Amino acid sequence: MPRINSTDELEKVRKEILSLRDPNKPCISICAGAGCLASGAGEVIAAFKAEIEKQGLTTDVDTKGTGCPGFCERGPVVVIYPEEICYLQVTPEDVSEIVSQTIKEKKVVDRLLYVDPATGEKAIHESDIPFYKNQERTVLCNNIKIDSKSIDDYLSIGGYSALAKTLTEMTDVEVVAEIKKSNLRGRGGAGFPTGRKWEGSRNAPEKIKYVIVNADEGDPGAFMDRALLEGNPHSILEGLIIGGYAVGSNEGYIYVRQEYPLAVVNITLAIKQAEAYGLLGKNILGSGFDFTVKVHQGAGAFVCGESTALMTALEGRVGEPRPKYVRSNIVGLWGRPSVLNNVETWANVPLIINKGADWFTQVGTEGSKGTKIFSLVGKITNTGLVEVPMGITLRDIIYKIGGGIPGCKKFKAVQTGGPSGGCIPEEMLDLEVGFDELTKVGSMMGSGGMIVMDEDTCMVDVARYFINFLTDESCGKCVPCREGLRQMHRILKNITQGKGKEGDIETLEELSETAIEASLCALGKSAPNPFLSTLRYFRNEYEAHIKEKKCTALSCKELISYYIAPDKCTACMICARKCPADAIDGGKNRIHVIDQEKCTKCGTCFEVCPSRFGAVKKISGEPVPAPISEEERIITRKSKEK
Amino acid sequence: MDNGRIDQIIDKHHGEASSLIQVLLEIQSEKHWLPREALKRVSEKLQVPLTRIQHIATFYKAFSLVPKGRHEIHICVGTACHVRGATRVLDTVQDLTGIKPGETDLDVKFSLETVNCLGCCALGPVMEVDGKTHGKMAPSKTADVLKNCD
Repeated sequence: MPRINSTDELEKVRKEILSLRDPNKPCISICAGAGCLASGAGEVIAAFKAEIEKQGLTTDVDTKGTGCPGFCERGPVVVIYPEEICYLQVTPEDVSEIVSQTIKEKKVVDRLLYVDPATGEKAIHESDIPFYKNQERTVLCNNIKIDSKSIDDYLSIGGYSALAKTLTEMTDVEVVAEIKKSNLRGRGGAGFPTGRKWEGSRNAPEKIKYVIVNADEGDPGAFMDRALLEGNPHSILEGLIIGGYAVGSNEGYIYVRQEYPLAVVNITLAIKQAEAYGLLGKNILGSGFDFTVKVHQGAGAFVCGESTALMTALEGRVGEPRPKYVRSNIVGLWGRPSVLNNVETWANVPLIINKGADWFTQVGTEGSKGTKIFSLVGKITNTGLVEVPMGITLRDIIYKIGGGIPGCKKFKAVQTGGPSGGCIPEEMLDLEVGFDELTKVGSMMGSGGMIVMDEDTCMVDVARYFINFLTDESCGKCVPCREGLRQMHRILKNITQGKGKEGDIETLEELSETAIEASLCALGKSAPNPFLSTLRYFRNEYEAHIKEKKCTALSCKELISYYIAPDKCTACMICARKCPADAIDGGKNRIHVIDQEKCTKCGTCFEVCPSRFGAVKKISGEPVPAPISEEERIITRKSKEK
Repeated sequence: MDNGRIDQIIDKHHGEASSLIQVLLEIQSEKHWLPREALKRVSEKLQVPLTRIQHIATFYKAFSLVPKGRHEIHICVGTACHVRGATRVLDTVQDLTGIKPGETDLDVKFSLETVNCLGCCALGPVMEVDGKTHGKMAPSKTADVLKNCD
């Protein structure tokens, strides 16, 4: 690769790349994100390569593994260019048909298209699918267009032009001013204005400064940073270099959690490619600005997503938070000014520089501008990543984009903001999404996890789950967090096991107050949120657990029993055969009965009982009906009577 | 793991004490655990007290101070998997293997761990065996997955 020494040379290289490409040449893009890979995308890519070779099309067709387009539920996702035909849930067996039909004959393979469950209509293009149609994709949109391992692909869509603009046309002050004007707020959760953070660091007198990418995406149920880092690593790198220039830093770090091996591979490769082109290193694009980037892998600690803990971890120590008497943008990594921003924040920077702050502020609410990526997961029809303008209602996200709740179940709550966020009930679904709006209702934006819960989800158990998670992840420095959360978890566990007693709720409230008041970092301060928000909106569930020993969602294992309704059981023996505990007594023509003593409540019988019978029932808060007599259990089939 | 290999890893990170975690991660990924001898060597080479290395090795989840089984089972208990029934998957795997999260069986065949999110939320509940992700798990499917491990 030739080193690029100036902006003009960059444009020349870009033109060369584009001149070698024929926009009409067929290209098969297969999502190679972690979600699709888990659904077998690796095999699909291999099958395409083999099939294309077999049919002698190697020079006529391109294949590439791209970043995650977000529709993980229906992966592996394949898009055929230039027609932009989108196939879903593609298997290696479909490959030869796609190549011979779509590539050669230009015909669409109908059965692999998206079918709208409501209308039965098929969607040929990605943009016709309701899941995509109702989104506004400015950050995520390039993921499916480019090969995540190719810098040339990134350059071909205008990559690094924002960096060139920054280095040749703008001063550091102007860059900071532009970001400030855009009102971009930290996408990691706290929503701190990015421009102000940068300005603080820029004005700090220290000579050595750092810029850091926070890719320690620890919130369970959130994976947008992973998708960006895997799918479009250069966009984050470009943002980081611009940030370095703006605050006067020559060293950047990318802190990635080790649970994302592919993200580590792709960003490391991206750094190497950028170095080879001279977009990283000494005298970038002939501007005299030097910048290097190092990747640092996390070792599995949720608290390291917190800014000061992350910096301590970068220094090679145990990731415990530090007090923030002085903000880390003034005294951070190794005691020096350090700007730490989330992956998505950095990815927004090149867009703002290229298109201007005024373009960015067109979208969004008063306090929250631009778009936000959410990972819409849980009990939702279309699981995946969605990028929406700030100010969209929760209802639109869940029903228009997410397609509602599967299996005709009833919506109960949506949990936002990760473990320290809160649950928002149905009556608040018309809430506009924004940093301040979510905080007002007792939840928060967080990094953008959005977990949908239906009537089968027990809210006490959800609170117990999050408090357990946070107890486990508490670094142990502050007593109210370390011990308080442990006690909260013990009480909540008792409640879900039917051992709750009067006064438990009050004790929990007291412990919450102490943790909020007396913990050092955001982990402890916000840890009681899952309890407080579920109590605020679902107090009746807590009371049912404590007073009636009843789990209304039929979810808490200790409070439910499985029971086979004798009038519905047809003695098909499926459940008896599948029961791992051998707890089902039954045979041919004998109505099955669950031995409550032996039952481990794994729920296998409930799952395997054919829906046309629906004989296995879950009950809670009432005794299991006594088994019917042996004579009554015999089923006489009509056909045999004759 | 001999000292030569450990020295190689340390040299790759320029022998800086700040890269301690990165060095430990590499040893962990090669050996699947951190033997005491290896930690001693790291301590000498990087001039970091062994107590501090122990502190780090016990603080971060990625490290193990005991040997791991031939097959590492990771059950995702992230929120998305949790609401879709990860607990029941975990219970069944515990019953099948006879070990709890964090444990390794006596035959050193299986190690069981829970993880907080693998980022494959659309496929939940997710179970990962030896790095291969199995999505849309149900208690009744776990036995089939584990059957293929010997």
